[in-house]
Parts: sequence; C-alpha cells; structure tokens
Amino acid sequence: ISLHVLFQELITVVTCDGRIIVGTLVGHDQVQNLILNDAHERVYSDDEDVEKEPLGLYMIRGDNVVLIGEASEWKDDVRCDPLPPIQQQIS
Amino acid sequence: LQHCTPPPTTGTPKQESGPRMIFYSFFKTLVGKEIAVELKNDVVLTGTLHSVDQYLNVKLLNVKVVNAQTYPQLCSLQNCFVRGSVVRYIQIPPEHVDTELLQDAARKENAASTKK
Repeated sequence: ISLHVLFQELITVVTCDGRIIVGTLVGHDQVQNLILNDAHERVYSDDEDVEKEPLGLYMIRGDNVVLIGEASEWKDDVRCDPLPPIQQQIS
Repeated sequence: LQHCTPPPTTGTPKQESGPRMIFYSFFKTLVGKEIAVELKNDVVLTGTLHSVDQYLNVKLLNVKVVNAQTYPQLCSLQNCFVRGSVVRYIQIPPEHVDTELLQDAARKENAASTKK
C-alpha cells in the first residue's frame, strides 16, 4: 500500500502513545516513517476544549504509527478522554 | 524548505507464495467488502477494504468508528491506513469466507513447513 496518495495532503496520525498529530505529509517510506510539515498535536481532555500544540516540522518513526487518515473538519469543542495507548505485549 | 520525495521502490522482489502469505492472499479476496478492524488501543473501525499488503497493513474507505461515543476524536476520518502491527482483530462477514478452502490451505502450508 502506498502512502504516496497522501503526499502533500493534510493528514491525521494516531501514535502508539495515544496522541493525535495533524500535519502535511511531505515524506514517508515503506515502514511508515513520516515527515509532517506545520504539524500540531490535538490534545483532548474531559474538562477543557481541544488544545492545539504546534510542533512545526515533525518526524514520526513508523514503529509508533497506529493509523493515518485524511484530516477533514475538526471540532474544537469535543471533550473526552484521550485515546488509550497501544498495550505492548510483555513476552 | 525542500520537499522530500519518496524513494523509488526498491528492487527486492515481493514474496507472494509460501509461508505467511495465506492471510495476505485471503485478505486480497476481501477487497471491496465491508470489514471491522479492532485495534490494540480498543478503537473499532468499520469500512470497506480498499487494499492490504504483506504486513497486513490495511487501507479502509468510508470509515466509521464503532465506539464513537468513547472515542469522538476520530469521527471526522473518512479513509484511513491502519498499520498491521496495531491490529488486534479483523471481523469478516461469514458469507465472504470459504472456511473449508482456508482450512485446506492452512493445512497444506502446515504440512509443507513441518516437512522442512
């Protein structure tokens, strides 16, 4: 599957620690390492509106990627608990 | 800022038959069908299977978050790429699966691998 269709698009990335990062995809490789331009993190909480933390030019290592989607309309007044992290298997 | 271009696809040939390709081949037969994907972070997505690769990475179209009340953050998603390593379950409608064929293929593969 190629991520090249998303090249230069505004995308949403969910990471293994439960963070949601939005940015423009400017680079990627076969293991889903990503480079995002003008990235920001959307921090959700139960008691406050969405906090947007600017990150600038950001690189995400593919190991930590959960899902990649096209960003569309965002509601900033959503209040909820943050996404759970991916439970790592203990072997 | 110079835009990064993705590297050209490497010359390594893809292994399309043999061990561990049964499920990749199986999922290829489900392209275009509606499936549910449960991730290890408890998010459940339903959508149409657009494509799958050898790592069982999955691309879904017309995505809906099943547990939208618990996880409203992802409701504006339409199409998404899901990394195979974070999938816990994939739910498939039974009418799209020939379980006997799958069992046979798995049995043959098992027999072949125990002979080695």
